[in-house]
Amino acid sequence: MTDTDTLRSTWLSRVADAADAPALEEVRLAALGKKGEISGLMKELGRMTPEERQTRGAALNRLRDEIDTALRARRSAMEDAALDARLKSEWLDVTLPGRPRPSGTIHPVSQVMDEVTAIFADMGFSVAEGPQVESDWYNFDALNIPPEHPARQEHDTFFMARAEGDTRPPHVLRTHTSPVQIRAMEAMGAPIRIICPGRVYRMDMDQTHTPMFHQVEGLAIGKGISMANLKWTLEEFCRAFFEVDQVELRFRASHFPFTEPSAEVDIRCDWSGGQLKIGQGESWLEILGSGMVHPRVLEAGGIDPAEWQGFAFGMGIDRIAMLKYGIPDLRAFFESDLRWLRHYGFAAGDVPSVSGGLSR
Amino acid sequence: MKLTLSWLRDHLETTATLTEITDALTDLGLEVEEVVDPATKLSAFTIARIEHAEPHPDADRLRVLRVATNEGEKQVVCGAPNAQAGLVGVLARPGDYVPGIDTTLGIGKIRGVESHGMMASERELELSDEHNGIIELPSGQVGQRFVDWLAENAPEKIDPMIHIKITPNRPDALGVRGIARDLAARGLGTLKPLTVEPVAGGFDSPVRVTIAPDAAERAPYFAGRLIRGVTNGPSPDWLQQRLKAIGLRPISALVDITNFFTYDLNRPLHVFDAGKVQGDLVVRSAAEGESLHALDDRTYALRPGDLVIADANGPESLAGIMGGEASGVTEGTTDVFLESAYWQPIGIAATGRALKINSDARYRFERGVDPAFTRPGLELATRLILDLCGGEASHVVEAGAVPDTGRAYRLDPERTQSLVGMDIPEAEQRATLEALGFRLEGDMAHVPSWRPDVQGEADLVEEIARIASLSRLKGQPLPRPRAGVPLPVLTPLQRRESAARRMAAALGYNECVTYSFIDQPSAALFGGGSDAVRIENPISSEMTHLRPDLLPGLLAAAARNQARGFADLALFEVGPVFTGGEPGEQAVQLSGLLVGASAARDPFGSRRAVDLYDAKADAEAILNAIGAPARAQIDRRVDGWWHPGRAGNIALGPNRLATYGEVHPRILKAMDVKGPAVAFTVHIANVPLPKVKTPTRPALTISDLQAVERDFAFVVDAKVEALAIANAAQGADKALIESVRVFDQFTGEKAEAQMGAGKKSVAITARLQPRDRTLTDKDIEAVAAKIVEKVGKATGGTLRT
Repeated sequence: MTDTDTLRSTWLSRVADAADAPALEEVRLAALGKKGEISGLMKELGRMTPEERQTRGAALNRLRDEIDTALRARRSAMEDAALDARLKSEWLDVTLPGRPRPSGTIHPVSQVMDEVTAIFADMGFSVAEGPQVESDWYNFDALNIPPEHPARQEHDTFFMARAEGDTRPPHVLRTHTSPVQIRAMEAMGAPIRIICPGRVYRMDMDQTHTPMFHQVEGLAIGKGISMANLKWTLEEFCRAFFEVDQVELRFRASHFPFTEPSAEVDIRCDWSGGQLKIGQGESWLEILGSGMVHPRVLEAGGIDPAEWQGFAFGMGIDRIAMLKYGIPDLRAFFESDLRWLRHYGFAAGDVPSVSGGLSR
Repeated sequence: MKLTLSWLRDHLETTATLTEITDALTDLGLEVEEVVDPATKLSAFTIARIEHAEPHPDADRLRVLRVATNEGEKQVVCGAPNAQAGLVGVLARPGDYVPGIDTTLGIGKIRGVESHGMMASERELELSDEHNGIIELPSGQVGQRFVDWLAENAPEKIDPMIHIKITPNRPDALGVRGIARDLAARGLGTLKPLTVEPVAGGFDSPVRVTIAPDAAERAPYFAGRLIRGVTNGPSPDWLQQRLKAIGLRPISALVDITNFFTYDLNRPLHVFDAGKVQGDLVVRSAAEGESLHALDDRTYALRPGDLVIADANGPESLAGIMGGEASGVTEGTTDVFLESAYWQPIGIAATGRALKINSDARYRFERGVDPAFTRPGLELATRLILDLCGGEASHVVEAGAVPDTGRAYRLDPERTQSLVGMDIPEAEQRATLEALGFRLEGDMAHVPSWRPDVQGEADLVEEIARIASLSRLKGQPLPRPRAGVPLPVLTPLQRRESAARRMAAALGYNECVTYSFIDQPSAALFGGGSDAVRIENPISSEMTHLRPDLLPGLLAAAARNQARGFADLALFEVGPVFTGGEPGEQAVQLSGLLVGASAARDPFGSRRAVDLYDAKADAEAILNAIGAPARAQIDRRVDGWWHPGRAGNIALGPNRLATYGEVHPRILKAMDVKGPAVAFTVHIANVPLPKVKTPTRPALTISDLQAVERDFAFVVDAKVEALAIANAAQGADKALIESVRVFDQFTGEKAEAQMGAGKKSVAITARLQPRDRTLTDKDIEAVAAKIVEKVGKATGGTLRT
């Protein structure tokens, strides 16, 4: 047994025997520190012949590396053990609730308006808005509803109070978003494609009516735009909005003062099982009114009906929201019951888009 | 408008089924709201003959019958006194639903004897109120369906009633004949000819009629005649049945005749008891103070301008709307004056609305009856009165003249196709118009007198499309206005509204949509509620004024939710508020309201009362989301509904972007909200748009040199605002000081004990970012000294030692 073998077994066993980190550090200093035994032996190499130095040096270097490796291994093992011990004591109840983060909701009316906007934007319709207090000219006359026309009475109009001495006809709370069409035509001329979403008001309050509700109207004026284009546009809209593969629409003749011809539009649906399925079944559901814009309405908007023609349509936003999302009661839309807002509301990040889809 | 199938067949020769007819009506724009077909509920019942009847062993009044049916002989227990052998009647079998007793039959046991069905009475089948015995038919085969027997022998008993919703443009469809004409044009049969043979008068009417000059415009034409020696008893069965089927109560022959013409030909008439008319009749405007006791037994105060038909006694009838009680016909009437007149729709509408009278006549005249049919209507009605009531007719008296409504519009078949987008050959277009009563001269279509709604070429297109059926329409793609990727369509303001809304929801607020009108006291609390924004005809006292602000709606919502047991609330709304009652006096706001605690109770003690800094942070986050400049001023010039000491505006000079703070305690009390409550309002449109719109960002300059942070604590007067300290510090060296942040404050009694009464300390940290060389200690000391100096000058603050 050479002296290096002895040294090795001595130091390796001292490394192995070190009880804790300070003891291990003492061993390291005693062996490899500046004044350590191995370091002392290395210093003696200078006094040896080159031949001796070569063999002795190599042996000492190996020994030093071996002890160093053992020291590191031992230290690492000690650290692992210490960590294990610490981790054993570190236990938290991970089933406790996380720190509270508030979560808000978007109202179904806003969400559906965003959905409608996304679809029509893709078809080239921009969004027009207008005042909710309207002159009776914009709300009625310009839309071919003269003062004594019975259609005016059917609108259940809210009138603004008139100050004494003010002889103008009273302003109204707009009964539909159609006046926006007139204002948009005046401002933009033809060709034009707009949708007009917003609040409208009618003096009606019962199970299925509220004195305020929301409408979206569409207007497309161009060269040769026909009722067949209207039908296609509405078919595409309904297919996209209700997120079904196909829809079937039925046009029925009707009457609106501002369109001619006018049509009520029904959509094929199925109510079986108490749940509405669009695009199948044997039932028809009236969902909107539409028609070709009346020449007098075009004139009121400053557009020459001899040159331009087009369609208009209107539907209830609250209503299509109720149909799509199975919301039973219109009145609840405006009651702000927290339970309702949370249940029927939408997440802030659920922004509807044509590319990503409208609903989750 | 209601009619029955057999009534329709008076005018329309057709083989079409009820379903074909109702489908076509709806498709034509005459929307069928309801069909009541008595045959549906009778379809199960069959005819049976009683073969044998014997007393029930255990009940005196019951009989046990053996009945011949198409399913062989059955045993039926029956209590009817007329249940005799040989009777042919109507059998309801087990499993059948019997409408009159609202029961589905089973095999019953009556006092121990099995009964396989029942022999029905008329009441049990809802045919009449008759219940003295079971139905006895004069004919009929055993096993024959009862409805088939009725169709053959008593069709009026199963006459289906059709209820149609008539749009305001179609007064002609307020008569059965107008509806028949539409169906004939559609090809569902042929319109039967209507012949009008004038009735020759035998004497001059003792009652004459004039139209006063002040009434001439609204009363163009009046025709009438006296019929003397009539007997006004009940009208015959056929007429009563007609009226009953459409929900009208038969009154007397004369009244029933006028109602019949109202519905049959859209020709309202009126009958005066000539014996009660004093002198001649004059059509005139009502005088101030006049009134009329009308046939609905109500008395109406008339306004000058309301048209009346008056005699020497005063108004006897409200022209075109309702007759008067005094001159109304009774069973004792022997001489009757029959009126057929044409009234201008606008006058009728104005009077009807002002006096709030609804009648079948008003409904029709205000939509427009056929002026040319005034005289023919009189002749037809005269004929029917003579037939049903006897008597002798006078010569016709007339005043005014039938207005000329003749007009023609050019039919452009190509334009029709271009508008409708449907292939409708010219010949079909012309045939349609002619079937509807238009007269074609070359390409000019002359409008029939009964279609006041047709006022232009577009109306011709509508008629053609309607009759052709819009169900034939095939969708054709509407090309995009430009090829390729669609352009963005939202205005910057619309995008901001949407971004603000999404951010508010992301911050934890629930979006509400509340009514635009609120009650006056609430509006007044928020600077509104004046007459300028008052609604003349509110639907409730809670909805009388346009809202000046969104907060009253949110506070009311909070109060409702608190009442339901929800104490912690975060609500917001985006919507219009109104500064006045003129169009355009509105602006879009976003308001958020926090009530109660910031969070539910949790193990970490997160819960605390919401405070104004929550509202401020949310307002700032929303402003940031819509691109407001990061550096805005804060001022305290807030509106009266905010806590005067705990609210502020975020503003750019006089331009207020947002307000945040505690809601005034008085407001909370008035609105019944239990605090704490803080809120913010963002004025979306006030946030300036970027001057230059480019997606390019300014270049990022990053210094490799180490930034240095230095903290300072200043002792200042308690009411010195932290922002003043931070702004002063920032101004000490605009190049070197990258940012200044307030990170602590020390206020209250302990602070005053240390620093003196009315004092507090505010701690800021300034981040120094060198640009060209590393800072030396000397550099830093120089800046620090300058900060202390600037803050001292601006706020009187001294460095806390």
